[in-house]
Amino acid sequence: MENNNDQLPLWEVFIQKGGSPFKHEGSIHASDKNMALQNARDIYTRRGEGRLIWVVPSDSIAATTVEEEAEFFDPADDKIYRHPTFYKMPEGAKNI
Amino acid sequence: MTEEEKLNHFNSLIERDEKIEPKDWMPEAYRKTVLRQMTQHAHSEVIGMQPEGNWVLRAPTLRAKKILLAKIQDEGGHGLYLYSAAETLGMDRSEMIEQLHEGKAKYSHIFNYPTLNWADIGAIGWLVDGAAIVNQVSLQRTSYGPYARAMVRICKEESFHQRQGYEIMATMMNGTTAQKDMAQDAMNRWWWPSLMMFGPSDKDSWHTQESMHWKIKRASNDDLRQKFIDKTVDQAYVIGLTVPDKDLKFNETTKHWEIGDINWDEFWNVVKGNGLCNHKRISHHIQYHNEGKWVRQAVMSYSEKMNAIQTAASI
Repeated sequence: MENNNDQLPLWEVFIQKGGSPFKHEGSIHASDKNMALQNARDIYTRRGEGRLIWVVPSDSIAATTVEEEAEFFDPADDKIYRHPTFYKMPEGAKNI
Repeated sequence: MTEEEKLNHFNSLIERDEKIEPKDWMPEAYRKTVLRQMTQHAHSEVIGMQPEGNWVLRAPTLRAKKILLAKIQDEGGHGLYLYSAAETLGMDRSEMIEQLHEGKAKYSHIFNYPTLNWADIGAIGWLVDGAAIVNQVSLQRTSYGPYARAMVRICKEESFHQRQGYEIMATMMNGTTAQKDMAQDAMNRWWWPSLMMFGPSDKDSWHTQESMHWKIKRASNDDLRQKFIDKTVDQAYVIGLTVPDKDLKFNETTKHWEIGDINWDEFWNVVKGNGLCNHKRISHHIQYHNEGKWVRQAVMSYSEKMNAIQTAASI
């Protein structure tokens, strides 16, 4: 984990509110899971912004890169038949 | 993509008011400017805890003390949102703190003024946070994504800060003559430095043009300052405070309050390190950073030991 001076390791914070999906809120520094959860609570939920928190060590996150973007998403780009507007509906058909 | 295509893509994102995200290509000067502004902003939040911390143990009531503690905790939180946003550009937090300690990174000049009486806590919340809000509301639309999102979060929290400050001033202006004098004294000392918080006049600000072009800044120093003056002069009047500016007048045509000359020599003198508290603020930060070293070492050592035990148990 990147910690070349004496800052504690970096964790990414995700918070869920209501029935919504977990949302990335930012990051915090902590030495272990418990401290990461407590710091995330103190920094990102002081006003009821959510009651469920995930913390993930930042270096455990795999991410797509901008350089690979075109190639990576290419397989989905030409499948326009995945979109409902691709299909022709018979005249007069309703509620579909 | 060629360098030119990358630049064109970047410019078109800015043009369309879309956000620049951490992994996007960006001109080196853009990265530097955003990073400088975010770290400076983060340091300001954290150093800003000191003048208020000065009054925690002397707050006049338990209510006032609890509010002050919550506000100071928010400021620390704001600093951490901003450090976390700045870290997305690849600078290590240790380096940011080192730059602060070595004087290479600045923080708002306002926190180099002392908090002499309880009304100063009111004046900070009302004027200093009030000025900060005007700036931060505008920065919610800044072009760097993580910075904009941190600003949205911060703005939601700042209005409590300003209101609690104004309440302190209003309460003192309803009090004894001595209390009124204290409030006016705080007003006299904080008014001009608060106006300076927006930075030099547009004609003297060499950062503004480039920052506006890239939409890092969304409004000029003078425009933001005017917005703050127009709101605040009326608020002062409502509670009976006098704005310490003999040249202050309302322009009926423009519908704006016009102020006298700002003493920019004072501003630059404080920025250059000669304010009343510059030395104290930094030496305090260095002291507590160094005194916390053993804690950081201890928690890391504990975490490593626990990980080793868990690994051994799972084999």
